[in-house]
Amino acid sequence: MSKKSSSLPPLSALQTTSLSLEYDGVRYIDDIDLSLEPNRLSVIMGPNGAGKSLFLRLLHGLIIPSAGQVFWNGVPVDDAVRQRQAMVFQRPVLLRRSVAANIDFVLNLNGNRHRCNDILDNIGLLDFANQPARSLSVGEQQRLALARALATEPEVLFLDEPTASLDPASILAIEEIVTQAHKNGTRIIFVTHDIGQAKRLAEEVIFLHQGHLAEHTPAQAFFNAPKSKAAEAYLDGRILL
Amino acid sequence: MTRSIIGCSLMAALVATLSTAAPAADMAIHLQSTTSTKNSGFYDYLLPRFKKETGITVHVIAVGTGQAIRNTRNCDGDVLLTHIKADEEKFVAEGYGAKRYRLMYNDYVIVGPASDPAKISGLKATSTALKKIATSKSLFASRGDNSGTHKREKLLWKTSGISPTAASGTWYRETGAGMGTTLNIAVGMASYTLTDRASWVAFKNKYDFKIHVAGDKTLFNQYGVILVNPQKCPKTKVRAGQKFIDWLLSSKGQTTIRNFRKNGQQLFFPNAE
Amino acid sequence: MQEFSDALLLAFELIFSGDKDLIEIIGLSLRVSLTAMVVACALGLPLGAILAISRFRGRRPVLVILNALMGLPPVVVGLLVYLHLSRAGPMGSFGLLYTPTAMIIAQVILILPIIAALSRQILEDLNAEYAEQFLSLSVPRRAVISALLWDGRYALMTVALAGFGRAIAEVGAVIIVGGNIDHLTRVMTSAIALETSKGDLPLALALGFVLLLIAFAVNAAVMSLRLTTGRYANV
Repeated sequence: MSKKSSSLPPLSALQTTSLSLEYDGVRYIDDIDLSLEPNRLSVIMGPNGAGKSLFLRLLHGLIIPSAGQVFWNGVPVDDAVRQRQAMVFQRPVLLRRSVAANIDFVLNLNGNRHRCNDILDNIGLLDFANQPARSLSVGEQQRLALARALATEPEVLFLDEPTASLDPASILAIEEIVTQAHKNGTRIIFVTHDIGQAKRLAEEVIFLHQGHLAEHTPAQAFFNAPKSKAAEAYLDGRILL
Repeated sequence: MTRSIIGCSLMAALVATLSTAAPAADMAIHLQSTTSTKNSGFYDYLLPRFKKETGITVHVIAVGTGQAIRNTRNCDGDVLLTHIKADEEKFVAEGYGAKRYRLMYNDYVIVGPASDPAKISGLKATSTALKKIATSKSLFASRGDNSGTHKREKLLWKTSGISPTAASGTWYRETGAGMGTTLNIAVGMASYTLTDRASWVAFKNKYDFKIHVAGDKTLFNQYGVILVNPQKCPKTKVRAGQKFIDWLLSSKGQTTIRNFRKNGQQLFFPNAE
Repeated sequence: MQEFSDALLLAFELIFSGDKDLIEIIGLSLRVSLTAMVVACALGLPLGAILAISRFRGRRPVLVILNALMGLPPVVVGLLVYLHLSRAGPMGSFGLLYTPTAMIIAQVILILPIIAALSRQILEDLNAEYAEQFLSLSVPRRAVISALLWDGRYALMTVALAGFGRAIAEVGAVIIVGGNIDHLTRVMTSAIALETSKGDLPLALALGFVLLLIAFAVNAAVMSLRLTTGRYANV
């Protein structure tokens, strides 16, 4: 389904080598080596401050690592790579325009063949097409942001705790769209600290703790018997420092 | 779509501005002149009559004589009409002006508050009046802008043997402004000042001010008119400019000047050769 | 206070009498200052946007200079433009001195820093919100600039009005480059200066009221535009 990849190798397999991020002498991401198979639905978990969001931004090339590298199918992350990916942020960043104009904005960027109305219909927001995007409820806004990200037809979709402040119905709607996108062939990397959500979605779990990679395990194994002490404590609901 | 609308309206505004900005080419000349002639309404009376006869529009830029001469040196005028004989002759001698013509005259007067603190009212000699102002340290407002009136005032002080600038900021106050503004300031602080009669008669904010000294021959105020020399300023509209000067000097023009009245008073006295 | 009420009365008389000269002067004031505003926005808003999203060496000094230029004295601008447009000056051959175009040029120079500096501030705040999303979407620079300008348009209207207000209220520049020529370059402010120097203070003040009214009308027109079409601006 990916539009630009016809002549290019797919970008869904990830490898990081000694990836580190440091600001003012503080290490936020510490020497992470990680390989991910293509086409999985990967969930990144970890307590607050584990470095999940920063790690996700490094993978997407939004920030530059202090050391180490990010490769997508052997290609170092750069503008061209990022163009074939998309990201949904914890707080949706919507343009000060109508709902439809928010979708049109990315369709125009990519010269995309999709029709805005189909996209809005798909996420149940067609009736609000001409309303200001910012007058939507937070849940609807996040759905719009997700639809907008998918309208770019990304090969990889990053989501950074997209449902952290949403009501259950909105969470369900988001998860359904993500699952559908995954079925259609988009590689998903989803950050959450909601254990239930991780159980519902994850095919594999990457657990971060204090900037380190604590473990990378298939989902079922992870939830049955985590390998790391940190993940075990987290799943038990103990406070993790 | 919206951007193209903005773009279009911008272009339209520019085109509209540029197309209407340029005045009808040769039928308009620029006259660099003084505030005294302009503020009295002299040009509002004179120029429509000239235009009716010749079809030529005269745009007046009214500034101090000093600035008028400076602007004209930059070729920013076709005709100069001012009132400092010495500077005008220098302007011609340096080649900026073709020829200076005597046009008309009026006179300067010393005005001040009715209370007349220096007791100068009715004095015949200007120098006596200025000496009394200086010794009594009565407030005096000077133009201080190198205009024709300012230069005359400096000359009057000099011939009275007084150097008022030593007292600048105390009783001698230099406004650095045009005649009207200086009159406003003089009225505001109840000080004497030197003004040409035309500006004074036309001035509306007189409060209790009156003329205290007038009629001395040192107060004579001669106006001259000069066509800018096309050899210095090739763009000078020679034909229209000369036509204007010829008309001013003709008996018709001189009569028009004589007939101009403000508040029932004649302000300018034609004396072309 | 007598003068004040006289002037108010006179202002109403002037407006309702439909005095031809006054209408001409108002028309020129609006034409000059609105054109200056449009041109200054066409140049200043993109400049503000570029400064808002760019990071380069010496950016801080540039911003300080730009902000300082907001305080450009109109008389200085008038002089600079005069020296360029004078027949003896480098651009004298265009014959623009003592025309409305000269006045527009002077006012554009006067308000361009205001438009650029204020829009830079507004667009930088907006960009702080959009930047990461735009980076993620790999939005090209030109598209970022036009998106910021479009989404910030209602706040930028206020910027444009600030520029217009400065332009229509200034006298120092237009009187030097326009010459305050009757029926050609006389605008509201130079007419007020002229009447003041004639000592006709009530008329000068009345014209001042009329000027205030014009400024009020323009602001009201823009604000109502914002109210009727500005519902997308909610934050």
